[in-house]
Amino acid sequence: MNVALAKTDTGRALSDAFAAARERLPAAGRVADLRQQALDAYERTGLPHRRIEDWKYTDLRVLIREVLPLAPAPDAAALKRAEAALKAAAIEGTRRLVLVDGAFAPDLSDIDAEKGLSIRPLREALDGGDSALQVQLFALDNANPMVALNSAMLTDGVVIEIADGAVLSQPLHIVHIAAGAAASSIFTRSLLRLGKNAAATLVESYVAADAAMKYQAHDSLVIAIGDNSRLDHVRLVEDAAEAVNISSSVVSLGAHAHFNTFGLTSGAAVSRYQATIAFAGENSRVETNGVNLLKGRQHADTTLLMDHAVPHCASREVFRAVLDDSAHSVFQGRIIVRPDAQKTDAKMMTRALLLSDDAEADNKPELEIFADDVTCGHGATSGALDDSLLFYLRARGLPEKEAQALLIQAFVGEAIESIANDALRDLATSAAERWLRTRS
Amino acid sequence: MTALLEVKNLQVRVEDREILHGLSLTVNPGEVHAIMGPNGSGKSTLSHVIAGKPGYEVTGGEILFKGEDLLEMSPDERAAKGVFLAFQYPVEIPGVATMNFLRSALNAQRKARGESEFSTPDFLKKVREVAKSLSIPQDMLKRGVNVGFSGGEKKRNEILQMALFEPSLCILDEMDSGLDIDALRIAADGVNALRSPDRAMVVITHYQRLLNYIVPDFVHVMSRGKVVKSGGKELALELEESGYAQFEDAA
Repeated sequence: MNVALAKTDTGRALSDAFAAARERLPAAGRVADLRQQALDAYERTGLPHRRIEDWKYTDLRVLIREVLPLAPAPDAAALKRAEAALKAAAIEGTRRLVLVDGAFAPDLSDIDAEKGLSIRPLREALDGGDSALQVQLFALDNANPMVALNSAMLTDGVVIEIADGAVLSQPLHIVHIAAGAAASSIFTRSLLRLGKNAAATLVESYVAADAAMKYQAHDSLVIAIGDNSRLDHVRLVEDAAEAVNISSSVVSLGAHAHFNTFGLTSGAAVSRYQATIAFAGENSRVETNGVNLLKGRQHADTTLLMDHAVPHCASREVFRAVLDDSAHSVFQGRIIVRPDAQKTDAKMMTRALLLSDDAEADNKPELEIFADDVTCGHGATSGALDDSLLFYLRARGLPEKEAQALLIQAFVGEAIESIANDALRDLATSAAERWLRTRS
Repeated sequence: MTALLEVKNLQVRVEDREILHGLSLTVNPGEVHAIMGPNGSGKSTLSHVIAGKPGYEVTGGEILFKGEDLLEMSPDERAAKGVFLAFQYPVEIPGVATMNFLRSALNAQRKARGESEFSTPDFLKKVREVAKSLSIPQDMLKRGVNVGFSGGEKKRNEILQMALFEPSLCILDEMDSGLDIDALRIAADGVNALRSPDRAMVVITHYQRLLNYIVPDFVHVMSRGKVVKSGGKELALELEESGYAQFEDAA
């Protein structure tokens, strides 16, 4: 049964698709073996379903049914469409790194040299034969079927290495553009390695060009933050209305490091973002914040694992979901405090705003604490807009939708405010405003 | 002359209980009316129904505003037409900056009336002028709407909005509740500055004290959902002497 469900709509089993795509998949050195192991791991489960605890609220067999065939490499027409889409997605003052249908697009990207910064397409990095890098890129845990699938099928991505002491002059912006007209899957993986005493900002956007409607974006990101370094990270999921976005990230922090990450999901019919953040050095700090703005029948899942393995680290999680129509938002937040991680300070707060009786919010906080001298807390609420606030605003002349919009902006504002960079905070605010305009 | 506000034989229910049993009131431009009465007489219900608060069922009568059927309009349409309710308990709205709220509300009203929106500099200039006249510090305007404001500050913020929106009918619902005498004086001065021949005010209060500061042209006594006596400003003083008990029996 699992094998059957792993089939694509053309009836080929995924392994056939894999075989057919093999020549397009980088396979230097150990890579071919690592891919095969990942594929075997995926095929043991197939698409995850509700009987797997981690996927209880996001049953991919029901929601997406199948994995679409691998997207062809973009032709000239697709690149042209991507270029047009890029105009809307581009952020002034950032260094653009563009992936079109899972292939790095050098002509649309800014790869001018900067001291302390190295950027390579993933394909080139894998073919380069650096076995340590190959191992790091495939270190993700195949126990998660969608991570394993991504490992098996990834075609390209960006490998970013930032040297010790480097402070980047502008944010990096990875733009994922789906441009193919055929229903297909895109598999990408990127790596960001930040040395010691370094600082960088990374923005990721997921968008669609005109022709791309029904596609699946399968992405993954490996981040390693060195001692005394800081990374600010913003991801904006604004995929096409019929699209699927399954993304995973694995982050590790050294000592005295700081990771501030924010995600906003307003696009895609079905999306899941699964992040594992691990403290490997003491006195480090993570703020992770997210906003889901959903309507229609959208389904968005954020599944987060915060792994406190060492003492004296702090983590904050703030999530907000705004749900209209019969939208469904899932937040699963797990905090593990391992026996050695004394003086851990971890807090998680999630709130959902239901604008319709048919909307659904599932919050699943889990704390697993094995140390005895820690501060940990979590809270979850869900509810409707406050009628007394709405009436006050309307009595001052604001029409219903505008009054709701002001209150919704205030509701998500708390999560957006955590973005340190002013321009990026404005970017997230405008993304929220774009969503609000689609309601009125 | 068309009256500004005409309430005719108004009957209002909340859930299964009738609160107003045929209330009538006529207010002309330039007039200040005080509505007094004991707790539970329906004073606040009247103000809420005029402003369009949900949860009230009008089972009889009508409310005309400048000759138009007010009950057919949404709360925001009423505001754009010139109805303003100063709330007894102004709500706190965390995360909505006061300035942003004021600009959005003012421009929404102007848009509804087919007027052009204020430019940012014009708007800021206007708010600063009004705030200064009410001794409202600029940093209060940067905070969330009413967040962390004292009782007096909240009431002053209501009067600031009244001055900014320039409504033709102001309803002040228990403006004196929770204010000490100094705060009351500042608020009353703000209201008096807005008295004009084109603007009417309905001052709802439990105590005569407020009417020493905002002197009304007419005083109405409400009891058990009706106006039971109307008169000039001397009626308020009379009530202070004799209390509401006589009307409770009469009603």
